[in-house]
Amino acid sequence: MSKRIDVKDLNVYYGSFLAVEGVNINIEAKSVTAFIGPSGCGKSTFLRTLNRMHEVLPGARVEGEVLLDGDNLYGPGVDPVTVRSQIGMVFQRPNPFPTMSIRDNVLAGVKLNNQKISKGEADALVERSLQGANLWNEVKDRLEKPGSGLSGGQQQRLCIARAIAVEPQVILMDEPCSALDPISTLAVEDLINELKDQYTVVIVTHNMQQAARVSDKTAFFNIAGTGKPGKLIEFAETSTIFNNPAVKATEDYVSGRFG
Amino acid sequence: MTSTLTPVRKRSALTKGQLPKAAPYIVLASALILGAAILALIGFNAFGWGLVSAILFTIGLVGWSAGVEGARKAQDKLATCLVVGAFLLALLPLISVIWTVLANGIPGLVTPGFLSSSMNGVTGVYDNRAVEDGTPVLGGIYHALMGTIQITLLATVISVPVGLLTAIYLVEYGNDGKLARAITFFVDVMTGIPSIVAGLFAAAFFFAIVGPGTKTGAVAAVALSVLMIPVVVRSAEEMLKIVPNELREAAYALGVRKWRTILKVVIPTAISGIASGVTLAIARVIGETAPILVTAGFATSINSNVFGGWMASLPTFIYTQILNPTSPSNPDPSTQRAWGAALVLIILVMVLNLASRLIAKAFAPKTGR
Repeated sequence: MSKRIDVKDLNVYYGSFLAVEGVNINIEAKSVTAFIGPSGCGKSTFLRTLNRMHEVLPGARVEGEVLLDGDNLYGPGVDPVTVRSQIGMVFQRPNPFPTMSIRDNVLAGVKLNNQKISKGEADALVERSLQGANLWNEVKDRLEKPGSGLSGGQQQRLCIARAIAVEPQVILMDEPCSALDPISTLAVEDLINELKDQYTVVIVTHNMQQAARVSDKTAFFNIAGTGKPGKLIEFAETSTIFNNPAVKATEDYVSGRFG
Repeated sequence: MTSTLTPVRKRSALTKGQLPKAAPYIVLASALILGAAILALIGFNAFGWGLVSAILFTIGLVGWSAGVEGARKAQDKLATCLVVGAFLLALLPLISVIWTVLANGIPGLVTPGFLSSSMNGVTGVYDNRAVEDGTPVLGGIYHALMGTIQITLLATVISVPVGLLTAIYLVEYGNDGKLARAITFFVDVMTGIPSIVAGLFAAAFFFAIVGPGTKTGAVAAVALSVLMIPVVVRSAEEMLKIVPNELREAAYALGVRKWRTILKVVIPTAISGIASGVTLAIARVIGETAPILVTAGFATSINSNVFGGWMASLPTFIYTQILNPTSPSNPDPSTQRAWGAALVLIILVMVLNLASRLIAKAFAPKTGR
């Protein structure tokens, strides 16, 4: 239940502005890949192109190919909805649906699509997803309470449970811990380690220690200057990126000598 | 031996240079007495007393404060006095209206049969008899109340879908394009349309389509919709706009289609605001008189068919009762009925406003742990 992603010569635009240029990257199945780089270098923008969330913004478009196990996401006739049901996403800020209970938040992917599901199956799915997100023990007694009543870290894990409840092939995480305290961050990182047994995980992070802790491979993005497009500078094993990078800019960035 | 040096002071150094707590009351009392004295010289009346006392109070308090506390505190007091004064001034007409309508309306409202009978068959003869012999005033507002409810309900049924769908288009699909901007502009223009123009439009529209002289409740409902739609569009648009984009993206990322996201995430999140906006829009049109006069005419009997025949409503009932009393020689019973109807109308609007608050509360996203 996980697929690999291969990106070929991807250019990402906002209207006529080229935000990310010429990305080629191969993301292995059942691995954790981290994107690091300074703010505004296009990590998040690139991540959003991997499940066609980029085009939700007006004027945003993409050139090039993103292959999910060989199938081009941007091929003619591909329905973005199908893509997104296979490639889930967790956002920077926890965003549980405020009108729904914890249980309904987990079932959102199923219920919002009006799929029929029996109560037993739904209960099992809720428990499995919340267990998977390490949240079950904390919320099992208050599944009918609103999701917005949870703490920030719990909300973020609820969002992860919601994402894995639709059983995607790939999970994209856009700075999932930037709004969380160290304890909640640890819980999410543990979770990422468990998730990679079943899913392909791609995580954007500003925290280089986090990238070093959780990822198998790391991609370093950089930008030449304001108004210039972001580029993928180096992509290698995480240990290589942090200990023995091939490019000077990567070394400067990971060692804190950037600029 | 050391003796602890405790400075003995009556007041804390930190509270120096402040007016005593009772200062406003002292000034108020003196202002009231002085005001009464001044008014007694030029002829006493309550409004003048209030006005003179308010001015004296402001001068007194600000002057005292300037002497004791300094310029900054005095300016603060002056601003407080102006703000409170403006508030009281704004409240005055409201209280006056409510008081007048209550005082004049209650005799009409408590007359037996006022809410349950129509004006069918009530002629000037009965009114003359009521004035001369003291028999109870006959006739009531049942027909007008039913007319108002039916017309407003139909107008709501027309306006809410049109207005809500327009708002959804503007926020979710318009992308701020030419069409969206044109719609926004024309909705703004529609907001400013005088109600009589809306009435004339609906009347002319139905004259052209159904035939000359078509006056029914439905025509009035169309006229009211013209007034109501822009209000609904505006309030729904604002409510949909404040739904965080993150929620839409969260739903898209789960593989939910756009229309389902709108239907199941965006609208439920905004429903409390939309519902209270709709209720306020209803309250806005329920008292319209002019468009109903030219579209539904005025009836004295119960007409339960919105699509056929003239129909009464509360505002037109008040209008005709005052302008053309049932008994021209003894207009008092008609005046009493008109005030009663006005009271019922105000109660309806108040209930709607309260309902909008309750609705907003009931639909609001639940919080709690």
